[in-house]
Amino acid sequence: MTEPDATPAVGEPASATRPEPPPAGGSAVAGHEAIRLEDVCKSFGSLEVLRGINLSVAPHEVICLIGASGSGKSTLLRCVNLLEPVNRGRIILWGQDVTAPGVDENAVRRHIGIVFQAFNLFPHMTVLRNITLGPTRVLGVSREEAEAAGRALLARFGLAEKQDDYPDRLSGGQQQRVAIVRALAMKPGIMLLDEVTSALDPELVSEVLGVIRELATAGMTMLIATHEMGFARDIADRVCFLDEGVILEQGPPKQVFTAPVNARTQQFLRRIVEAGRL
Amino acid sequence: MPAGGIGEGAFFDEQTLVALGAPPPGSFGGGDRRSHLLGGQRAAAVSTLSTIVFIAVLIALFVFAPGAEAVRHTFFNPSNMKEAFLGDPRLGLYSVGKGLILNIEMFLIAEVLILFFALVIAVVRQLRNPVLFPFRMLAVIYTDVFRGVPLIIVIYAIGFGVPALYLKGISTQSDFVYGIAALVLSYSAYVAEVYRAGIASVHQSQVSAARSLGLSQWKSLRYVVLPQAFRTVIPPLLNDFISLQKDTALVSTLGAVIEANRAAQIDSSTLFVYSSYTVAALLFLCLTIPLARFTDRLIARDVNRRLAGAGTVR
Repeated sequence: MTEPDATPAVGEPASATRPEPPPAGGSAVAGHEAIRLEDVCKSFGSLEVLRGINLSVAPHEVICLIGASGSGKSTLLRCVNLLEPVNRGRIILWGQDVTAPGVDENAVRRHIGIVFQAFNLFPHMTVLRNITLGPTRVLGVSREEAEAAGRALLARFGLAEKQDDYPDRLSGGQQQRVAIVRALAMKPGIMLLDEVTSALDPELVSEVLGVIRELATAGMTMLIATHEMGFARDIADRVCFLDEGVILEQGPPKQVFTAPVNARTQQFLRRIVEAGRL
Repeated sequence: MPAGGIGEGAFFDEQTLVALGAPPPGSFGGGDRRSHLLGGQRAAAVSTLSTIVFIAVLIALFVFAPGAEAVRHTFFNPSNMKEAFLGDPRLGLYSVGKGLILNIEMFLIAEVLILFFALVIAVVRQLRNPVLFPFRMLAVIYTDVFRGVPLIIVIYAIGFGVPALYLKGISTQSDFVYGIAALVLSYSAYVAEVYRAGIASVHQSQVSAARSLGLSQWKSLRYVVLPQAFRTVIPPLLNDFISLQKDTALVSTLGAVIEANRAAQIDSSTLFVYSSYTVAALLFLCLTIPLARFTDRLIARDVNRRLAGAGTVR
């Protein structure tokens, strides 16, 4: 894959391992916002899923998207790494419009990790091969180098002894941690997490949330769609409430969870509390 | 709660169970364990007996049918069978045994070519790159035509049509080569569809995962989709190759028709008109192409239903 011109590739891939803590409040630091969404709209046939999303995410900021199923959280994440083409609006990553015509979507995706609700590991490959596929086939890293890096990542997340297993031998929590490692192996500048604990048994949720906490501490820029409200309150710099394809309310978790302004947000949170999820 | 709770055998006593609407004990048949074991032996005895009776009836049909004598003489004559297997040049008899070796040679060569050619067709149909549109269209037409036309007509078209073109190097090949060409053309269309079904059976989320790593569409196919697709298509592929092995025998009709035309003093490449085959082929296409399109629509509808919300990336 070659870039169309000589400017450096989109983003700052090195930030995955950068150890600085996230800036307080997540205000934009010098340079560009990591993600800027301008009036993003997406429909599937006659179904309007996103109806004008505006959002800006600073480098190292952790944003949690909350909202009912079908509010557009997952679609929003899939739009950001161009798995879904948007119908209208612009997505700007580190100052570059990735919805402009002629953008190499593969080059964009190299810098964005996404983790799916259903893990989506490759069942015909070992854990280690799942992790090295991207680095070797996309980044052109040598096999030895990719495997060394993959092993180091697996060890860091307590999966070292699983490297030669096939995914179906692993528990859901382990599979999801491998999926996170697979995304991290590409050294992404942004991680998108799409309800990564929704398919897990309750006792396996915490091991995955622990990994995400570690990423946040390491300064990873993250956009997290989640139903885990307690987790969102803990980890997010900012919480966005999505309802019918628009962001109805956003702010620091304390404010959104304790003093929501919008009536729909209040209603949503009341239901969550009634269900014992907050 | 009735006496005898958990840990003391039955949770409910029998009367309570009946009162709850449970069927009385023994109403599912069976009985005690001993007679169940005996039942296994009895089943074996019954199936043995019924097999013997079935075979006896078949044999009786062959032995007592009015034409049984003639059939035995023409189909199952031991000395003729031996002669046919070895062949006898003095009598002008071809060896069926040698024919089998020829058949296996053709089959093996054709199979390798088919596996490769069909994969190219299936992959071309899968790639969404707009530059490849003409190739995609060609691939669709190809599979429609060669799935639609009976193999025997393809064999005639190649075996008689190509020599009649008088193309240098192409028109002077042997029936062996024309036969393989016809088999490859016809079977690749089927096998391409088998591959395509295998590709479609790999869940869309696998493609999403591959593309999200930055893999191009081709690399996603190559490293993620095709390896999984191959696993699912091996049984249907073997199925197709069993029929390929048998259909290889059809190539022998090339020789037979030429012999017959020669005997009737017809020069097959110039005078004899094969237009009837063309008409037959066109009629077959009229029937099969709508069927193929209909199948495609059913598949597409199924895929769309499964994809709802699962992403549009291919």
